[in-house]
Amino acid sequence: MTGLANRLPRRLVAALAAPAVVFIAMFYLWPVASLVAKAVTLDSVRAVLHDRQLRAVLWFTTWQALVSTVATIAIGLIPAWLLARYEFTGRRALTALVTVPFVLPTVVVGAAFLALLPDSLDQSVTAILLAHVFFNVAVVVRGVGGLWEQLPQDLVAAARTLGASPLRAMREVTIPLLAPAIYASASVVYLFTFTSFGVVRLLGGPANPTLEVEIWQRATRLGDVGVAAVLSVAQLLILGIAVIWFSRIQANHLVALGLHPLNERRRARSRRERISVLAICTAIVVAICMPLAALAERSMRTGSGHTLAAWRSVFGGATPSQHPVANGSVANSPVDALGSITTSLRVAIVAMAISLVIGGCAAFAIAALGRSGRVLDTGIMLPLGTSAVTIGFGLILAFDTPPFDWRAAPLLIPLGHALVATPFVVRLLLPTLRSIDPQLRAAAASLGASPIRAWREIDLRFSARPLLTAAGFALAISLGEFGATTFLTRRGRATLPIAIEQLLNRPGALLHAQGFVLATVLATLTIGVIGAVEALRGWSDRRA
Amino acid sequence: MNRILLTACLLGLTANACGSDTRPAAEATPKSLTIVAYDSFAFKSSPFDAFTKATGIEVKIVTAGDAGAMLSKAALTAGNPEGDVMWGVDNTLLSRALSSKVFSPYTSPELTKLSADGVALVPNHDATPVDEGDVCVNYDIKWLADHNLAVPKALDDLTKPEYKDLLVVENPATSSTGLAFLLSTVAKFGQNGWQQYWKDLRSNGVKVVDGWDEAYYTTFSGSSGKGPRPLVVSYGSSPPFEVIGVEPRPETAPTGVVEASCFHQVEFAGVLRGTKYPKAAGTLIDFLASLEFQQLLPLNLYVYPARTDAAVPPEFDQFAVRPAKPLTVAPSDIEKNSKSWINTWTDLVVR
Repeated sequence: MTGLANRLPRRLVAALAAPAVVFIAMFYLWPVASLVAKAVTLDSVRAVLHDRQLRAVLWFTTWQALVSTVATIAIGLIPAWLLARYEFTGRRALTALVTVPFVLPTVVVGAAFLALLPDSLDQSVTAILLAHVFFNVAVVVRGVGGLWEQLPQDLVAAARTLGASPLRAMREVTIPLLAPAIYASASVVYLFTFTSFGVVRLLGGPANPTLEVEIWQRATRLGDVGVAAVLSVAQLLILGIAVIWFSRIQANHLVALGLHPLNERRRARSRRERISVLAICTAIVVAICMPLAALAERSMRTGSGHTLAAWRSVFGGATPSQHPVANGSVANSPVDALGSITTSLRVAIVAMAISLVIGGCAAFAIAALGRSGRVLDTGIMLPLGTSAVTIGFGLILAFDTPPFDWRAAPLLIPLGHALVATPFVVRLLLPTLRSIDPQLRAAAASLGASPIRAWREIDLRFSARPLLTAAGFALAISLGEFGATTFLTRRGRATLPIAIEQLLNRPGALLHAQGFVLATVLATLTIGVIGAVEALRGWSDRRA
Repeated sequence: MNRILLTACLLGLTANACGSDTRPAAEATPKSLTIVAYDSFAFKSSPFDAFTKATGIEVKIVTAGDAGAMLSKAALTAGNPEGDVMWGVDNTLLSRALSSKVFSPYTSPELTKLSADGVALVPNHDATPVDEGDVCVNYDIKWLADHNLAVPKALDDLTKPEYKDLLVVENPATSSTGLAFLLSTVAKFGQNGWQQYWKDLRSNGVKVVDGWDEAYYTTFSGSSGKGPRPLVVSYGSSPPFEVIGVEPRPETAPTGVVEASCFHQVEFAGVLRGTKYPKAAGTLIDFLASLEFQQLLPLNLYVYPARTDAAVPPEFDQFAVRPAKPLTVAPSDIEKNSKSWINTWTDLVVR
């Protein structure tokens, strides 16, 4: 391992790691510890140990997560390959599109997904698995594709020259080289499907709750925060073991490669190639656009037939406070729909800045630290494995005393989002940083570059593109973040997903349609953000 | 300082210093008061202008998830609350709120004007009833007529073969609407009888979904979602909202309410224990119970005012149902049993 690690001055590595350490300690470890200290009693531990239903829940949670992960990786490799290897018109738009489901809140898209699902699959485990693949394919496309597009083609070409079939070359050359990225993606998908909440509640039906649903239910519906906290810690331990296991195999599969900063995409040549590229593209577009189109369709359902009334009422210009309540009229909504868009954008920009600084620094530190970097890496991943209720309740307990009474502080929401986004920034950067050929640095050193200069010229240069991707991801994740936000106390304006959820839960076709207007806006914004990142990456490719 | 006082209170050292009414008479007038409420506590206009004009105190609202999440947070921070007044604890949560000592008692002069049933639920005036409504089975009038089916008259009708595969309900483990309906069957069939009723409902093809939104807008046929099922667990006040704000406005509501299925819900507001301004918080409770504020509730929170002399919009009188004798379960029984009822229900209906 140490051979791969960058020999940066220790003090610089420490300085790079510091923001992440402070951030995690202050906004994650302390809150969760406060909650455990306040709510957990011996009785709650005993209650968990003796609950038979919980064992069933744990078993279901585990196996559905494993199956979902395998399915997502298997299916995700197809678009990952297509997008990393082929050049075609609309490739960037397609890359952006594939990413969208992952960052949209499941409670919102789940409703659209539900409307499209054939009746026979309604409330089945199959529905959960399908939705998990749908929502998480982006992790594979991004994680694996990011490495794939920089993979030197000559190895595969050599295998082919030596007589290997394309499939064999894929199996014996490409896949093993991609293994670190595959395992990294698998660990993220596993985390996400294990802690699945919205999908399971909406599509799985009442018979199949996950641990995350159980925790939420105990904490908010039954008021048993103690048991919820115990379950949350148990979930964390299970996931902690899983993540460590994943990162160990990932490390075992590490191969230093001569990465090319430029892609080696090519146009489909033969007729057969062209047809398969077209077929896969069509399949992706249909699979992703149908639920999104269903959102737009439902935004136009106001009473009889389809109208644009809901769109007009959201973007019509009148703010809620300008209209006194006229008896018998709910022409305008009690939820400030338009305001939620600006609120969300503002929050997302702050959250992106926080997670880029913290996650970016941490990724360099982790790469430089080698083995001991894993502790930091795992620490940053922890919030993803912790139920949103636990973090939300923990934060209000941790910051409840003046001068640190920050319970309704506006900054708490972007901070909460940053907790969720930072692990992605790290995940997106690490595979590239770790795969940089140490000989490059050795060469730089022998040419007289200082370690810092070598780091700047090599590590920083290679990570510019994943950093850009990470920025887009962080922005989009914050725009769509729902779980943590619901449990943080808010003053005034709601973010988009919160406003959507509120509108969908109000009576009246118009308000309901307004919820779907905002959902469509959120989907469009997300496509826009991810699309802009893709366009920027394209622009930087051409310059390079 | 507050902490020390609180610790003293907990230890029972200075029992008198902890009640709201034993504070020094010269409580300073606060610049603002904060209402802790559930997410959907939102108004089209700013309803507190009159209060601010009269008292000089601004009113801020913080929201904290749904009513269940709000109460769990309040219980965790009991004594060091996030605001001064809390809005929206209903009778299914009331007992938990009282036992976790979230509120400090306040006797509002408006109490005599409020629904007597609600007031009776809180004898020591820890909380004040502020609105009410009912969770009831709704039906799609046209669908039933088209299929030559009579409107169900009682809960028992729903297990009859002619209503097979027609009803959608919410999961009581995840939805407060679903819990209310479970409670109405407990009230109707008794602690030992409701289980058989649900077994029968299950064999009659009842569909269970996660929450009200999905039940009403995706699965129910009578609203804009145009789903497959004509019977849904919703609210007594749902039909008016199939008329209000719908373009073009229908002559009558397309949905109706099965009156005998209704479970009564009362929501309460209270002064949060530990507020620095218990007196001012009390006047805010009075305002929440005032005629002016109460009349805003139907069109903003879709509930009936708790105040008996408050007027409701004409659509409520025309299309909503307010049963004379709705089903109900005592709050203390709800707190004691809801976990085991939900577990039993889960085993009977969805496993």
